[in-house]
Amino acid sequence: MKTLDVAIVGGGAAGLAAALTLWDRGVRDILIIEREHSLGGILRQCIHEGFGLIRFGENLSGPEYARRFIEEIEKRVIPYCCDTAVTDISPQKVLTLVSRREGLVKIQTKAVILTMGCRERTRGQLAIPGERPAGVFTAGVAQAYMNLYNTKLGNDVVILGSGDVGLIMARRLTLEGSRVKGVYEILPHPSGLPRNIAQCLDDYGIPLYLSHTVTEIVGDRRINGVKISAVDKDLQAISGTERFVSCDTLILSVGLIPENELSAGAGVILDEKTKGALVDGANQTNVPGIFAAGNARYVHDLVDNVSLDGEKTALAAAAWLKGTLSASLIPANPDSASSETPRFFPKPGARLIRCILCPNGCDLEVVAQGEQILSVTGNRCPKGVEYAESEIRHPMRTFASSVSVEGGELPLVSVRLSAPVPRDRIFDVMEEIKKIRLKAPVRIGDIACKNVLGLESDVVVTKTLK
Amino acid sequence: MDNYYDIIIIGGGVIGSAVARELARYQVKIAVLEKNLDVCYETSGRNSAVVHGGFAYDEGSLKARFCVEGNREMDAAAKELDFAFLRCGKVLVGNTDEDMEQLKKTMIQGEKNGSRGLRLVDEAELHRLVPAVVGKFAMFSPASGILDPFEFTVALAENACQNGVRYYFDHEVSAIERESGGYKITTRPEGPGETPAGGKGSEVFRCRWVVNAAGLNCGVISHMLGIKGYRVIGSKGDYLILDKKTGPLLPMPVYPVPSNTYMGIHVTNTTSGNVTVGPNAELVTDFAYYGVPRENMDYLAESASRLWPHIRKEDYIRNYSGILPKWVDENGKIQDFKIEIREELAPRAVNLVGMESPGLTSAIPIGRYVAGMIRERESFPENKAFNPVRKGIPHFQRADERERQALIAADPDFGELICRCEQVTKAEILRAIRNPLGVSTLSGIKVRTRAMMGRCQGGYCQMRIAKLLQEELGLRKTEILHNRTGSRLFFGDIREEAGHENT
Repeated sequence: MKTLDVAIVGGGAAGLAAALTLWDRGVRDILIIEREHSLGGILRQCIHEGFGLIRFGENLSGPEYARRFIEEIEKRVIPYCCDTAVTDISPQKVLTLVSRREGLVKIQTKAVILTMGCRERTRGQLAIPGERPAGVFTAGVAQAYMNLYNTKLGNDVVILGSGDVGLIMARRLTLEGSRVKGVYEILPHPSGLPRNIAQCLDDYGIPLYLSHTVTEIVGDRRINGVKISAVDKDLQAISGTERFVSCDTLILSVGLIPENELSAGAGVILDEKTKGALVDGANQTNVPGIFAAGNARYVHDLVDNVSLDGEKTALAAAAWLKGTLSASLIPANPDSASSETPRFFPKPGARLIRCILCPNGCDLEVVAQGEQILSVTGNRCPKGVEYAESEIRHPMRTFASSVSVEGGELPLVSVRLSAPVPRDRIFDVMEEIKKIRLKAPVRIGDIACKNVLGLESDVVVTKTLK
Repeated sequence: MDNYYDIIIIGGGVIGSAVARELARYQVKIAVLEKNLDVCYETSGRNSAVVHGGFAYDEGSLKARFCVEGNREMDAAAKELDFAFLRCGKVLVGNTDEDMEQLKKTMIQGEKNGSRGLRLVDEAELHRLVPAVVGKFAMFSPASGILDPFEFTVALAENACQNGVRYYFDHEVSAIERESGGYKITTRPEGPGETPAGGKGSEVFRCRWVVNAAGLNCGVISHMLGIKGYRVIGSKGDYLILDKKTGPLLPMPVYPVPSNTYMGIHVTNTTSGNVTVGPNAELVTDFAYYGVPRENMDYLAESASRLWPHIRKEDYIRNYSGILPKWVDENGKIQDFKIEIREELAPRAVNLVGMESPGLTSAIPIGRYVAGMIRERESFPENKAFNPVRKGIPHFQRADERERQALIAADPDFGELICRCEQVTKAEILRAIRNPLGVSTLSGIKVRTRAMMGRCQGGYCQMRIAKLLQEELGLRKTEILHNRTGSRLFFGDIREEAGHENT
């Protein structure tokens, strides 16, 4: 049987970071195992920006963030295999791998780092009542269809749940010409980041209905609408509030769950609360030598923190290999409970603006009358006031999209703007982006359109496509 | 004449397909007219998937007779047709004296019907059989079992098809007329914007014999044949499907003590390791509405938890519903299966009415019985080329490691996992896409492979399968259907694809 010091199950943000740290600590007999055709995990389809503010002090798109790690992996020639599924992990840390090239292979490892990420909660799991027509997608699936498969999902869209992926998709769908009729959230507060409420919903006039939910899906072929009700404080539908909203597409953004089928097979105990692997302070599970990191441990808000978690876990795994990390369980990781970033909601009459000028990402509370700013609070440096002023007087935005590629392995490549453009010109810029046609191969950083509409911003490719 | 057949079977469900397969043993030209785009969209694919023991039906009834017969031959059928079947047994769990009386009656009835091995078990033995169940005693039926209803129906249909039966999907019968020597049957495409008879897409078939195996529409077809007066009501039942991690807690179906008309809400293990909970029974007149209301889901969970207290909302992966066509008399009393030839009204037409539970268990004997009725009246030479063996798609998940290695060695597509939850490989998806019946819907792939049936419900694999469908069948994105006519999945491209015509 083949042997390996450390197997890293999943080549997304956590796995890539873990591999780099292990390598740099001198642990070289490692392998990243990835089921997809390329590394990067879910970042591949997250073409929007907002990644890397903490880690790199830059506002990157998902593919660009992943690229930073993949380049380092390739520089060091760290071994990885794509198109390979792990079908089983035994408590003795024997992995079963399945691939076209190698068939079924078993590997005895000394340590395993579980970085399988998470999956989306589905309609069936939420037990949303009604019929089961076509046209109901989870937000991540919708994102993949649009950004990787060049697929238009529908014209009239309702979004259930205000998770970040749903908010991002509300903007993406709107930019591509679909009409998002509303985002309905069962809780009395949004579950996505305030920044995404602002730049994905408010910018486009998409209404957010709090304390509302879908009480029935209607349509026996393609969905033709949903029934929506207000809910009380126990989240029960209030009778008499039900109304019908017609739509041809329903997108669910109702939560993520750590992916842990393999962990369970290996005898790893799961945390009832986070649904991720239960770990000690070193991210080690109850099975000695099996570690869990990133979203497979619990669902993180920011990818930057997922990378950090991968690195921390790699340090622990390296120590474990040397015998300097105790294999006994210490109390469950205290940070899993306090993992959520604090939510910040503005007082009535004030506007919440998240400053994106620096990695602090301050939440500014701005009170203004017309273009006259009365007060700015929450900023940790004077730049915040400047940002608030520009935001009130002439708001600027960047956004991400896709352009058509001829002869590539995928029909689309993701792009973003190199500099913000006036918010009221977004749709004009979109029209220009739709006209762009590239020829494969394209490389990350290529300029797809210079100085678009004379707005002093370039359309930049954010992914390498062969 | 192109559309002339010796025998036309209306309805490609489990019974229509079993009838088709039995008739294919003779030299006759057979067609099956199915209004849906696949064979198990309605009752055949929407049930508890239990192979019944035959004790629940009146002595001397066709239900009792065919159920016992079908049960006995299920092992052989599963082997011949390659579908998942597990003779796992089943318990009817009771607590009160009244329950005990009812179970004793059921047992006597079962013995008279020919159900084998029925016995009463005490609490201790019940808990040896099903450790996680709650109850004081039970009737144990060791001959009961479970099967995969999709695989079963598909297997019958594919075997019929391989032996020369022609399936027409999207052909809803809109009129039947008698003419000399047989029948003229007019069809139209099913779906929104239905065409009137004679309109666009309307087709005419002629045949000598007709079999009404229309399931939920048996009353309508019976009426078209001129056999009027059957009252058919729908009994709709909703179900929950639980995650596979609940499977080990349920080695066999657990039922409450039945009443005369209704089996009660039960929990059932499935051949793939999930658990289903249901059904309730609601009388309905709309035979096409399969929505599941919230209060029914809550009721199912609450009710079944009394028998088996392991139903947790976080284990829900899906819900579904099915409708049983029940033939009732003027007092609303549910009748036996009706299988008849009414010479005076419709000669050479076999009319099947009220084919409800235990139709799945009984399908093969019913098929044989119908074939026998026809052959009593008209003799056909035997079809010497008939091959009763049908090989299904090899399932990677069910294979052991050695078999898996062999599968990948023979076809590298078995090394490419498409559906993570159910471990379905590209090879299986491709074989499903190239199915002998020519089904091209996404749910057609689903019922043939189990892809998209797992806990992520297609979150990982659906887009890959949609792409394979597109590539293999040369479909445009807008032509990919979920299950029925009009159930399109996509509206087109985000960006016009250069050099890609088939989008």
